[in-house]
Amino acid sequence: MKLYLKLAWRNLLAAGLRTWLNVIVLSFAFVAIIWSQGLYRGLSRQAAQAMMEAEIGGGQYWHENYDPYNPLTLDKAHGLVPASLAKLIEEGKATAILIVQGTLYPKGRFFPVLIKGIEPRQKVLLFPSKYLETSNPDEIPAVMGSRMANTCNLKIGDTVTLRWRDKSGAFDARELRLVHVMRTTVQSIDQGQVWISLDRLRKLTGLENEATVVTLAREANWAEEIPGWSFKSLDFLLKDIDEVVRSKNIGASIVYIVLLSLAMLAIFDTQVLSIWRRRKEIGTLMALGMTRSQVIKLFTLEGALHGVLAAAVAAIYGFPLLSLFARKGLGMPEVVDSYGFALGERILPVYSASLIAGTALLVMLVTTIVSFLPTRQIAKLKPTEALRGKIT
Amino acid sequence: MRKGEILIETKDLVKIYPMGRHELVALNRVNLIFRKGEFAGLVGPSGSGKTTLLNIIGSLDLPTSGSAVVMERRVEELSHKEAARLRNEHIGFIFQTFNLLPYYTAYENVEFPLLLLKVSASERRRRVMEALDWVRLADRASSRPAQLSGGECQRVAIARAIVKQPAIILADEPTANLDAENSHNILQIMAELNHELGTTFIFATHDEKVISYLKRKITLFDGRVVKDEIIS
Ligand SMILES: Nc1ncnc2c1ncn2[C@@H]1O[C@H](COP(=O)(O)OP(=O)(O)OP(=O)(O)O)[C@@H](O)[C@H]1O
Ligand SMILES: [Mg+2]
Repeated sequence: MKLYLKLAWRNLLAAGLRTWLNVIVLSFAFVAIIWSQGLYRGLSRQAAQAMMEAEIGGGQYWHENYDPYNPLTLDKAHGLVPASLAKLIEEGKATAILIVQGTLYPKGRFFPVLIKGIEPRQKVLLFPSKYLETSNPDEIPAVMGSRMANTCNLKIGDTVTLRWRDKSGAFDARELRLVHVMRTTVQSIDQGQVWISLDRLRKLTGLENEATVVTLAREANWAEEIPGWSFKSLDFLLKDIDEVVRSKNIGASIVYIVLLSLAMLAIFDTQVLSIWRRRKEIGTLMALGMTRSQVIKLFTLEGALHGVLAAAVAAIYGFPLLSLFARKGLGMPEVVDSYGFALGERILPVYSASLIAGTALLVMLVTTIVSFLPTRQIAKLKPTEALRGKIT
Repeated sequence: MRKGEILIETKDLVKIYPMGRHELVALNRVNLIFRKGEFAGLVGPSGSGKTTLLNIIGSLDLPTSGSAVVMERRVEELSHKEAARLRNEHIGFIFQTFNLLPYYTAYENVEFPLLLLKVSASERRRRVMEALDWVRLADRASSRPAQLSGGECQRVAIARAIVKQPAIILADEPTANLDAENSHNILQIMAELNHELGTTFIFATHDEKVISYLKRKITLFDGRVVKDEIIS
């Protein structure tokens, strides 16, 4: 093996410019894979962090009928807060949220919304609930996410009509005043919903002491069985994020799959050309006593070494580049927001050793396979014909 | 290995190439024996089968029928691996076009067969330098083929063939790309090696200069041996 490595190495370097071109393209793919994977890991980590802070805390109890994917079930998805959770809420280790369906009528248009009630003085979530506090019983302050405010074309201070049904099914309507617009990376507390004080919502709907969801504080560490309620762990609640990240990842993968394919095409082409141009050399190697499988091994190794060189080259410029990037992060432009989940935030990519090792392994494996495929030509080559410079 | 021992024996060797609907008989019942220490040449017009015969003896090609026994092995029965091993251990090749490995220095070219034979590093060094001495190129050890003249390239090729001290060296038109002076030069070197080491040389050639060095001249015509003479 050492001999083949030495020979392959020498041949590869002797090919000069062509080798380096292949290596550089391959190293781009290498860096692009690590770059984008690290970015998405960072994104995923940050999104999860933000979601825990603003929405899901350390886990949630859901009313047994609550199904976030089916708003029509909301009518029945609320109940009295169980005593054990009420105690946690009192201790500041949990907070209750009531969710009711309604309709907003901003400036002559209308939007179906979820009305969410949250305790203004809660400290469980990093949520701007304090704006919902008021001493004026005639005013209903409301908070919205910036996306929702944009959609409804509302500014702070605007009023808007909200209609809902109370617990007996009768329609009612009141004016809300938008007192705060929150910029958040967490879409699930923003789009299609309006937040008001929990007390107010309970009164408006007649659902005294009821809730749809009880969110535990991060440090609550509590997961007791409660009849009529089901505990949702962080793993469960963060699953959506993983899925969103994964689906976005597929988009980004296209970039490096294209780069990788380009590099592979170049290496394949180099191998085919090199075997064709060097058939006389192959014949000579056979005459000197190499078997076909030894020649195949040599040429495969020669191609596969592109991967090793690419890793080295990628390390030279990729290491400073990626570590700079990991320190400075990537400012997400606002446009990303329209379909992504960041909002003028910096994403700090996460590069792990396993990511780098895994990428290296992938690149080497693919390079080796691509290098091997054309060498099967050699197996069909007769020594006499190779020596005459012919290929069949 | 005693002098005069039989190294190669062909029996009714036939090689037929299919040529569309016809067949081309390149070798037609060739019966030949080569002994240790011979300095023999296959001569004859172009297309008479010289290269074909050398290739079969060198286990680079298979006969259509008949047999060739080389170093006590039946060439037509060898697997690829066994044939490669026979070449590696016992047969050196010298080609018309030199066929040096272009990226390797003269030293590395000569060293190559020893690497395949897994000879130790110190032994390799000794034998490579000895072989380069034989062809008087010790001072050009670190040159690459592109930096060497045709005659020097062919001398490196001779060193590469001789370095493993094979029993047989097969040389197909070794002088065809060389001028008269270089031709005589390499022929003298080969005659010397034949004399000193007892290596058997078999040439395929039409070159009168080569023929003038031969101790045995075998004439082929249309794939048949038509004359086999000892020259004293
Ligand atoms: N692979 C092949 N396919 C078909 N015919 C072949 C092949 N190799 C050789 N021949 C034919 O076999 C015959 C003998 O060829 P060979 O190369 O042995 O001749 P040669 O005596 O070496 O000729 P030269 O002096 O020109 O080198 C020729 O007619 C040649 O055309
Ligand atoms: Mg010939």
